[in-house]
Amino acid sequence: MDISTGATVKSHCVGTTAIVYASDYLNKLTGEKIERECRRQLDSGCRALVIDFSDTQLVNSIGISILLGIIDIAEKSGAQVVFSDVNNQTIQLFDMLGLTRHVALARNEQEALSTLSGFNSTPTVH
Amino acid sequence: MEPSTHKLIHTFGALADLGQEVANTGDFTEMVRTSLHLLLGTLALRRGAVAECNDQRTLGCVALWGLDDGFLQEFSVSEQEQSELLSIETPALLIKESNASFLQRYHEFLTTEGIELVVPMIVRQELTGFVLLGGKASGEEFSADDFETIRAMVRHIGVGIHTHRLIEQVAQRAEENRRLYEELRAIYRDTVRAFAAAIDIKDKYTQGHSERVGRYSEIIAQEMGWSEDEVEGIQIAGYLHDVGKLVVDRNIINAPYHIDAKSSNELNRHPVAGYEILAPINHPYADIPLMAKYHHERLDGRGYPDGLTDEQIPLGAKIVSLADAFDAMTTDRPYRRRRSFEDVIRDLRQNSGTQFEPKVVVAFARAILQEISGNAKERRIMKMLGKGYLDGERVPLLLADLIAELDGKLQSTAANG
Repeated sequence: MDISTGATVKSHCVGTTAIVYASDYLNKLTGEKIERECRRQLDSGCRALVIDFSDTQLVNSIGISILLGIIDIAEKSGAQVVFSDVNNQTIQLFDMLGLTRHVALARNEQEALSTLSGFNSTPTVH
Repeated sequence: MEPSTHKLIHTFGALADLGQEVANTGDFTEMVRTSLHLLLGTLALRRGAVAECNDQRTLGCVALWGLDDGFLQEFSVSEQEQSELLSIETPALLIKESNASFLQRYHEFLTTEGIELVVPMIVRQELTGFVLLGGKASGEEFSADDFETIRAMVRHIGVGIHTHRLIEQVAQRAEENRRLYEELRAIYRDTVRAFAAAIDIKDKYTQGHSERVGRYSEIIAQEMGWSEDEVEGIQIAGYLHDVGKLVVDRNIINAPYHIDAKSSNELNRHPVAGYEILAPINHPYADIPLMAKYHHERLDGRGYPDGLTDEQIPLGAKIVSLADAFDAMTTDRPYRRRRSFEDVIRDLRQNSGTQFEPKVVVAFARAILQEISGNAKERRIMKMLGKGYLDGERVPLLLADLIAELDGKLQSTAANG
């Protein structure tokens, strides 16, 4: 397992899946760092992204816009995106705004990886 | 929490952030980019752009999100299209429904790029630009509430852009004024220097005198810690201190030997004549006429034209007085060769406190010493005095002694109140 914390965004790869950790408050500053890290991972050949929200308390409008951008980039690269360990309040927000139509949600990182491995059959979506 | 409440809180948060963002007068492009993010994130729109009116007929994209690099960077809008956009009562146009001619013209391009909504930004009845928006990530149609939110946020962005333009225009005008003022000052300085050269041409033995007095005065004032403006002013005063000589008979000025009392009286008119020439002029620096008038006054009251004493004499006039006397001592005259520098130092020591202001002498001596010891950025004084003039071994010691002696006197005078 290769772990990097480049530009303060923690990430690591499991095979061709990159797991990127979002910070406690997903706003412009942290959102742009996550976006850069996701782009970097996709450019270096990752085929799937797991964004881990276990530390994330709050996502603001800019955070939503940046996440939509990441989904867009991933779609254009033919990569899958899973959001893992998202708190209930943020799930409600993602649901309300329609983000969950474009990504799968997983309870934790392990489940996210299982979800991705099963994408070719039936995805486990929460 | 009810979904509607949740949505309201999310929108309020975005509006609060947007209010802060548009008030930010820093990086304009970043302000627009962040504002676009806030708008897109509020309704989870997948793509969008903000275009600003560059001039009457073109709009340039300032920020893009979720759109390809090939997206148009510039849109054109005719006068008729502009009037049409300005007359729309609820300015949020769904491309698929609107008949606005501007949208008709770009319909195919915008639809292909996934743009669904065009919102003109209108501030004070002017088209400031427009915001282009893609569809919602939820796939739902825009609701009436969505339109209200979009219009409110676009109005904020429009005001932000408009304010930025105003600030930019004010800054541009201020910069133009500053440049114009600098140009005027440069013209004034050049004119004064040319005038100084004209004054000196009248006196065939002292060519370059006014220029040198200007420069010595500048150096002394800098050493005394005067501001940049004040230093420029004293330099000008130095250039013009002898302007009154223009009204003195050329034969008196160019007399090869000491002149008689009558001619001396005539020559001594030049400070007042200089004042009369300079006083009606609106100089960009203070007290230039007074510095010309009083550059032959002495601390002991034996100078002319008014016989002023110490505190009555403006400090600028004291500086010009020393610079004038120093140049007279260090240049050849028709009836004598220039004096050695050691002799000049002796003169300064003897006449400090009676003819010359000691503080000014100390400042000048310090400036000369710095040049001799290689601590000055430029060797301006040495250049004017010519090669070898300050080479004597004793010169630095004499200067240091002069400084110490006068500093001591100044300190004891200050201590005695």
